Amino acid sequence: MKQVMEGSHAASEAVRLAKVQVISAYPITPQTHIVEALAEYCENGTMDARFLCVESEHSALAAVISASTMGVRTFTATSSHGLALMHELLHWASGARLPIVMAEVNRALGPGWNIWADQTDSLAQRDTGWIQFYCEDGQEVFDTTLHAFRLAEWVNLPVMVIQDAFFLSHTLEPVDIPDQKQVDQFLPPFSSGVKLDTEKPCNMGQLTPPSIYMEMRQHIQMAMEQVSSCYSEVEKEFSALFDRQYGPVEPVACEDAEVILVVSGTIAGTCRSVISDLRSKGEKPGMLKIKMFRPFPADFVRRAVRAAKKVAVIDRNISFGAGGIFCQEVKSALYNMDPHPPVFGYIAGLGGRDVTPDSLEAIYWKTKKGDLLKGESTWVETQEVELKN
Amino acid sequence: MKEIRFHGRGGQGTVVASVILAKAFFSAGYYVQTFPHFGVERRGAPVEAYLRLDKKKILIRSNVYNPDAVIVQDRKLLETADVTKGLKPGGWILINFPVRPENLEPFIGYKLAYVDATGIAVENNLGTHTHPMVNTAMTGAFSGILETLPLHAVTSAIQEEISVKPEQNVKAATLAFEAVACFGIVNQYNGVGKIEKQKNE
Repeated sequence: MKQVMEGSHAASEAVRLAKVQVISAYPITPQTHIVEALAEYCENGTMDARFLCVESEHSALAAVISASTMGVRTFTATSSHGLALMHELLHWASGARLPIVMAEVNRALGPGWNIWADQTDSLAQRDTGWIQFYCEDGQEVFDTTLHAFRLAEWVNLPVMVIQDAFFLSHTLEPVDIPDQKQVDQFLPPFSSGVKLDTEKPCNMGQLTPPSIYMEMRQHIQMAMEQVSSCYSEVEKEFSALFDRQYGPVEPVACEDAEVILVVSGTIAGTCRSVISDLRSKGEKPGMLKIKMFRPFPADFVRRAVRAAKKVAVIDRNISFGAGGIFCQEVKSALYNMDPHPPVFGYIAGLGGRDVTPDSLEAIYWKTKKGDLLKGESTWVETQEVELKN
Repeated sequence: MKEIRFHGRGGQGTVVASVILAKAFFSAGYYVQTFPHFGVERRGAPVEAYLRLDKKKILIRSNVYNPDAVIVQDRKLLETADVTKGLKPGGWILINFPVRPENLEPFIGYKLAYVDATGIAVENNLGTHTHPMVNTAMTGAFSGILETLPLHAVTSAIQEEISVKPEQNVKAATLAFEAVACFGIVNQYNGVGKIEKQKNE
């Protein structure tokens, strides 16, 4: 049934229907609403789950790692500084091949202290071995959270389901929430092949010498390489039941596009309306939404932008000294393709700065008319700031 | 697509008012999107919330700059906040005012509606004399100026959204629906204006 709810609660509803057994989290704006709802569900019996209260995000992830090692379905949620504090254990979760699902609300890192949307927090964790999905609206948050459990438990890797602070987490819109029976058809109870069992004692995560460590790493990479095909299977089953499908990337009007705008998260929604406005004026823009960031869907990106004259990547994030992070990935995906379109990088919307239809249209025109700039990226709509001694 | 901006003060239930109207419009067949001003809320400080509605899915995810209507829960905000900023010419201003505003200057070029939401809230024991909860009365009044939003959609959204004194809140909305007074577009000549109850989008 369709209900008007915020992105945060779309995540909580999916976790409730996934019958997660252990949840642990530490509150941080703008993630708090997600676990607030779940804590209530655990308290009032709506969910048959344990909610473990802890003193930090580091402990929250440690708690779900332990629970997951015992073979139960687990969930945590965080944002920004909370995710940064989890960093050490993010590696542990993927190295131990635990199918933990996390809701991550993209928020800027301080200082300056800022609670607003910015993808740098999750993208800074791109090398930790977590699968990453970026969502555009509440429905996609709900659906992807359910996908995430299936996928994580299939490939034995943890998954982050990511949404923009406020533009999605605190925005209410209609979201179709199916009933428990339908979700049970898609997501059976979790049964772990490898788990700690007091009847059959064993050790996990012991000292691993050079003679075997490297193969363990290779196996994680091999699992990542399977994600794309597994995800397509998961989506096929999901769409048979719910009639919704997203894909690791979504090309919009790319076939004959001259300039393709590459976007992710909520900017994709605004971009769709800009593309159709420009099309109605006789222009030929296209849009490529990247949903899956890890593993990076390089093949899909290559296919989508192959025929374009120019590609503009819009990044709500920054890797200082290098540029936008999606832009780097797109460039490296295209490098061995000959010929490939030139790639323009734009930094926009950091720390919750609004990215309006006008901002995106200006990026389109600048790319269409411009030559490649010398720098790695163009900063969008920044002001001249006078420096004082 | 129509865009509505809500002005109120922290603690007045401004965001709740936007959620009630969102749910009401949704049940009346609209696609809706509502969000608070993304900031740090403090009690008593001016706050804003926004609502978009359309007959098709709303794609845009940026802030609201040029609303079609504004709802002002506290008339004192006229002195401290630019409540008509970006408001489309001829757009609605619904304001909580005990009597017909004497000074129509701030409303020139817009359609004006007023309702004594504070009086209605106090009469129904919503909040206190110093902090009346006017949000449900304001949503009822908004329904009163729009033919597209039936009162029953608002009252059932109130029942869904508000657990404290649901009957009194529904009553406040109903009274405000009946009591709201609407001007046409205020201009310099009819500035002293006569009030005509008129309903349109």
